[in-house]
Amino acid sequence: MEKKKFKSTVIERRKEALENLESLGIKIYDQLDKGFFPSVEMPSRSLENIHYDPLLRQFILGDRKVRRSARNIRHLKPFTQLVWAAAFSHELTSQRKTSTLRDVYYSAQAYEMTFTDQQESNNIITDLETVLGLSREDFNIFPEERSAVFGDLTIEYTVPGYEGRTLNLTSHPDGVLIGPALTSSEFVKTTADKVIAIEKGGLFTRFIEENVHKKFNAILVLTAGQSPRATRHFIRRLNSELNLPVYIFTDGDPWGMHIAMVIISGSANAAHLRELNTPDAKWSGVWATDIVNYKLPTDPLDDVDIKRLYELQRDPRYKDPLWQREIKTFMKIKKKAEQEAFSRYGLTYIVDEYLPAKLEETK
Amino acid sequence: MSRAYRKKDVGGRLKVAQVTFEEISASDFFYRNRDIAGFTNPSRAIFAAIRELVENSLDAAESLKIPPDIYVRLSFEGEASKETQIYKLRVEDNGIGVPPRHIPSAFGQVLFGSKYKLKQQRGTFGLGGKMAILYGQITTHQPASIISSNGMSRIYMYKLMIDIQKNRPLILDRKVLLNKEQWRGTIVEFCLEGDYLRAMPKILDYFKQTAMVNPYANLTFVDPKGRLYKFTRVTEHMPEPPKETLPHPYGVDVELLQRLIHITPYKNMLEFLINHFHRVGEKTAQKFLDFSNISPSRNPKKLSHEEIVRLMHMLKKFKEFLPPDASCLSPLGEELLKVGVVKELKPEFVAVHQRRPATYAGHPFIIEVGIAYGGEIPKKGAFLIYRFANRIPLLYDEASDVSVRVINDMNWRRYKVASDMPIAILVHICSTKVPYKTVGKEFIADRPEVRREIGNGLRETARQLQHFLTRREHVDRERKRLGVFSKYLPKIAQFSTSLAGKKKPPDIEKLLRSVKKFGEEEV
Repeated sequence: MEKKKFKSTVIERRKEALENLESLGIKIYDQLDKGFFPSVEMPSRSLENIHYDPLLRQFILGDRKVRRSARNIRHLKPFTQLVWAAAFSHELTSQRKTSTLRDVYYSAQAYEMTFTDQQESNNIITDLETVLGLSREDFNIFPEERSAVFGDLTIEYTVPGYEGRTLNLTSHPDGVLIGPALTSSEFVKTTADKVIAIEKGGLFTRFIEENVHKKFNAILVLTAGQSPRATRHFIRRLNSELNLPVYIFTDGDPWGMHIAMVIISGSANAAHLRELNTPDAKWSGVWATDIVNYKLPTDPLDDVDIKRLYELQRDPRYKDPLWQREIKTFMKIKKKAEQEAFSRYGLTYIVDEYLPAKLEETK
Repeated sequence: MSRAYRKKDVGGRLKVAQVTFEEISASDFFYRNRDIAGFTNPSRAIFAAIRELVENSLDAAESLKIPPDIYVRLSFEGEASKETQIYKLRVEDNGIGVPPRHIPSAFGQVLFGSKYKLKQQRGTFGLGGKMAILYGQITTHQPASIISSNGMSRIYMYKLMIDIQKNRPLILDRKVLLNKEQWRGTIVEFCLEGDYLRAMPKILDYFKQTAMVNPYANLTFVDPKGRLYKFTRVTEHMPEPPKETLPHPYGVDVELLQRLIHITPYKNMLEFLINHFHRVGEKTAQKFLDFSNISPSRNPKKLSHEEIVRLMHMLKKFKEFLPPDASCLSPLGEELLKVGVVKELKPEFVAVHQRRPATYAGHPFIIEVGIAYGGEIPKKGAFLIYRFANRIPLLYDEASDVSVRVINDMNWRRYKVASDMPIAILVHICSTKVPYKTVGKEFIADRPEVRREIGNGLRETARQLQHFLTRREHVDRERKRLGVFSKYLPKIAQFSTSLAGKKKPPDIEKLLRSVKKFGEEEV
């Protein structure tokens, strides 16, 4: 029974989402029925209540709570929107359908629950995440897909119409989109022994062409810039369910550095959520010291880059000596380099020389 | 009659004029100077004629304490020139009527019938209907017809013209009819040249605003196109008529002194002062004569011109005269003012305030102020301002009026009032001598005493408006609040029912009721 090979979290999470939504509904229903103004309590997402937890190695919300009550006239509309969003998500999840944030915004109008703008409906969904302690992908609201995965991993779909069907992620040379169907699928088997996450589509394609997945026995993940939460969760599952180490390759600049950091330690925006980060993942390059050591062609850092570096220097997620060293080096050389910069040494140099060296270095 | 006093004012100039022009009659003088009386151009003239006659009619009814019924008809008679036409103007009232022997002089002789007492009167131009009739005669060469009865057995009908050079009435026809139906009132009918189309907006404004401050009057106007404008009374209640008073010593001038000296039967200064001046008793008179070094036994008729001039100056200098009382004034009163504003403007809210009597230069005056908000008052980006003097609307030169200046200087934001709100402001000044700025008598001069009273009145009414606005805002907020609850609570019930997987929605009636009760308490 290949299926049972890995401990799956997919079914569990869906069950949890449905249960949480239903108990929220029952709580509000009972309050109303007893003649009370219904209310819900959730951790405050204000900046003062966001703390870095060194044990979990991610941002978490503190003890401060906010109460959203239907008694308060200013809360009444958002409260109703929240209950609507919960009912809508419950419908989606129980019917195994998916939706996007944009879709939610328009769907509301069918219930005469018009949001004034996209931002308002996004906030309500974030509220719902906070109340339930689940990320929106768990109740089937997905972002626009743009990131992809490629490598020897066989998955089994759980989405309606595809239940039981399997797919090997090497079957399409462009990679497979990390969308709702993939996110909710079970892992069946793999021969890979590592995960390589790549910031840019160009390099992702180059790696596939150069058979990096075979040469390094790796599953390749394209983050396409700052990775969507579904992708972060997917990387975490690769790490925790399949026990694969994760290596991240980004551009050699403060922004690339932070793409890696968000995969590792999560973002402040998602402080109300768990299991999106992969604390053991490694940032393998491009480092500031690589720019020096490999004599890469560079661009000068501009003011925004420098400002960002100072912000990162004070960020608790960056307190590790490696990160601090790289930040200082960036400040010293005042230069940045893209992943493509290795092409000056030939198209395959990055795969033949740089990649093995860095994988070894950050093992 | 204050009107008489003003006539003398002009008469004084007349005397001087005699030196230059020789024999010039009062009628002749006005014929040559008709601008002074408001007959500047064909459109102004037709407005002024209607206004003079309507005001005479209002006075005639009010002097009997009868709610006035006034009917005005203007009918087209023919073309006069490219821009002007000949109209026949007919004004009927239910007033006291004119005694038959006075009819020819009252309508055919300018400056007839002066009294030497003061009380609040309408007449802004001081010439009544005579000027209108004179103007009609000048422009059309047709006689005026006057019908009048005091309600007794006879009705008198006169056809007359004015001999302008001699200032004498020319009676063309006279009839006496039996008054079977005991009709009482006066009908004046004559032709005049004018430009109704141009005058129309002002004339309609005039009727509307007159109706506003005379809510106890029925006004009917039929215009040359046959359109009927009717302003119906909403109350029978009328303000107390003014009492006649003597002139106050601070308010006299040389001309008035000369007139008083001319008619006085008293042979010494002490009695002269006591009997011809307001609030002057024996003690005050004695003190004044000491102060001004005039012998109490001096015969006033023997005073020289220089002594009269000096007397006037001393009267103004003496500090111990008592201030004039206001019994000679007849303000509209807060009740009537409110009724009138509600009737003509149909606002959502109105606040009125009557100030206590005050004086300027020896003349008593009372300011009445009203502020109306919302309802049918249009929003036009600025306040609508209605100005009245002795219950007459002032329709020209608004920008120069002291009321407008005071209104513009007010800090309205303090009262939560913005200029784009639908607001009408009404300012009424009544006085034995309204402080007009110019001979046109269309706007009130900026006297500090008057300015202060208007300001205080406005502030009082603005405070009431502020209360209203605050309260209404509160009620609005509550209504909105209730609306929000009754909009969203059922939805919360609906969504939570489906989320909880229940069949029956929860009972939210209790909750909605509690919101309502809660809301009402706050209102």
